[in-house]
Amino acid sequence: MIWAVSWRNIWRNKLRSTVIIIAIAIGVFAGIFTWAFYRGMVIQRIQAAIISESSHIQVHHKDYLTNPDQRYVITGIDSVIISIDNLPGVEATTGRLLVTAMISSAETGSGVRLVGIHPDQEKKVTNIYDKITQGSYFESHRKTPIVIGEKLAEKLSVKLRSRVVLTLQSMDGTLTSGLFRVEGIYRTYNSVYDETNVFVRQNDLSNLIGLDNSSGHEVAILLSDNDRLDLVSMKISEAFPGLDTKSWREIMPEVSLVEESMDISMYVFLGIILAALIFGIINTMLMAVLERVKELGMLMAVGMNKLRVFFMILLETVLLSLTGGVVGIIAGYIVTVFFKHRGIDLSRWAEAYEKLGYETVIYPVTNLDIDLKVALMVLITGILASLYPAWKAIQLKPAEALRIDI
Amino acid sequence: MKVIEIKNLVKEYSDAEVKVKAINGIDLTIEEGEFTAIVGPSGSGKTTLLNLLGGLDKPTGGEVYINGTCINNLGASQLIDFRLNNIGFVFQAYNLIPVLTAGENIEFIMELQGRPRAERRKRSVELLRAVELLDRINSRPSKLSGGQQQRVAVARALASKPKFILADEPTANLDSVSTENLLEIMEVLNHEEKVTFIFSTHDARVVRKAHRVITLEDGKIKRDEGQGTRDE
Repeated sequence: MIWAVSWRNIWRNKLRSTVIIIAIAIGVFAGIFTWAFYRGMVIQRIQAAIISESSHIQVHHKDYLTNPDQRYVITGIDSVIISIDNLPGVEATTGRLLVTAMISSAETGSGVRLVGIHPDQEKKVTNIYDKITQGSYFESHRKTPIVIGEKLAEKLSVKLRSRVVLTLQSMDGTLTSGLFRVEGIYRTYNSVYDETNVFVRQNDLSNLIGLDNSSGHEVAILLSDNDRLDLVSMKISEAFPGLDTKSWREIMPEVSLVEESMDISMYVFLGIILAALIFGIINTMLMAVLERVKELGMLMAVGMNKLRVFFMILLETVLLSLTGGVVGIIAGYIVTVFFKHRGIDLSRWAEAYEKLGYETVIYPVTNLDIDLKVALMVLITGILASLYPAWKAIQLKPAEALRIDI
Repeated sequence: MKVIEIKNLVKEYSDAEVKVKAINGIDLTIEEGEFTAIVGPSGSGKTTLLNLLGGLDKPTGGEVYINGTCINNLGASQLIDFRLNNIGFVFQAYNLIPVLTAGENIEFIMELQGRPRAERRKRSVELLRAVELLDRINSRPSKLSGGQQQRVAVARALASKPKFILADEPTANLDSVSTENLLEIMEVLNHEEKVTFIFSTHDARVVRKAHRVITLEDGKIKRDEGQGTRDE
């Protein structure tokens, strides 16, 4: 019956309780929705970074990442690729040549990362082919085609079929150059990436720098599931101890850091909201206790012990907080589901977002685990907020409390 | 059988400058089944005496025995349990729990005693029938008149099967019809079920019904008339 008493007591002053419930609901809604939005943004950033840039795992010569010299190649790269392809959890694998080069048009030049690829195999690992806005992704049979980013094309003032010259160092250390024709222009969410990465056929590049076709700088591996990342990384490391195996977390520590710090940031954010709300809850419950001094005195007089009185006030506070919390969580969930399919268009700030590597349409992510954690935080807030009013209630002396006229 | 025995009871209130003896050396015995009124002018110590008898206040001196137990020596939580199981209270302002129905108000006390739901329900029905309010079992206090609320309060006081009931000015807020009804019910309970009633009052109608009238003045018993139950 104490549950019924506590619940009904909340509604004795409907306006006051409704105001604090709405305040809690708004605070929790803001927390839930911001969390879902931020989580969606980070997940999209990670997925895009994996599918367009790094893949899940990369394998290099053991010295390549510390000193990206083009002489540090993986010899017999085809056998490495075949072995990795057979591992469970591996979706697709491809080899790449990586060379730093200068790209020049008739007007200007720019430093780029030149990636030599097998287009058919690369399509299975990355989605650059899907980001082509003009031309094609190595579908023509013209000689020495090149695919460049939209940002770079603007910078170089080149169009489809324009000619560009790549100047780079060959394997013997001499400078060499080659004429390429723009076959495709791509645009990803990441303008910095678009400006600095260009793609050519691996054969064209290996011929240019004088490297045999059985060598490469990088093996990129796409997994069927990110959850298998550590397991597959470990198996590749064990199979090729002489090579350097790195997961995307190690290759892109800045992206990994965003993921790791996301939950902590959101706990702090929600914690600040709830800390502000706690004072409102304390104030409401303190008023509720002070208005009921005589009644509390009567309850203690007729035999309700202090523990029960304390529990009753605690229960009232927790029920009040949880009511607001549940309303906020449900509202947050509904709004998140709505935008989950529709997306939130931030294209007005596209330039800034693309420079940071984020997509401009964010799809918030619902997460039951987060909702439960928020509910738990609201519960803890309610318990903390109840302590002072409940303590005030049990300090009452029945004989004195019964004499008070309210 | 003695329900209450007090010996040389003293209650002193003091502040920095003044000391006031609200109860000044009272000796008193109340037997089972008595219907006792405590009267006296304002400030004579009626409410203080009732608070001391009910264990709501601690005496400055002397002893209060209830059914042979000296309640002065009980700790705060022991006193609450003792009140729950031995004493029924009826207050001037009814003091029902406004969010509970008449039936739930009565059951609430029994729930505090840990009695099972079926027993609670059965007894609340019996008690509401005894105070002639069974038809209002599901009504909240705000839907009851003052007299009806006080009858529910009497039923609630009886719920825990106490040794006696302390009523502080139970008719002070009631009209004459409600007062008559309440007194009639209390008399019946006293006569048929041997419930011991002790009440403070200014109301001459209540005094007339009482079998024993204790008059207080300046914290002392000035007169003690008609000691014993009606049957005696």
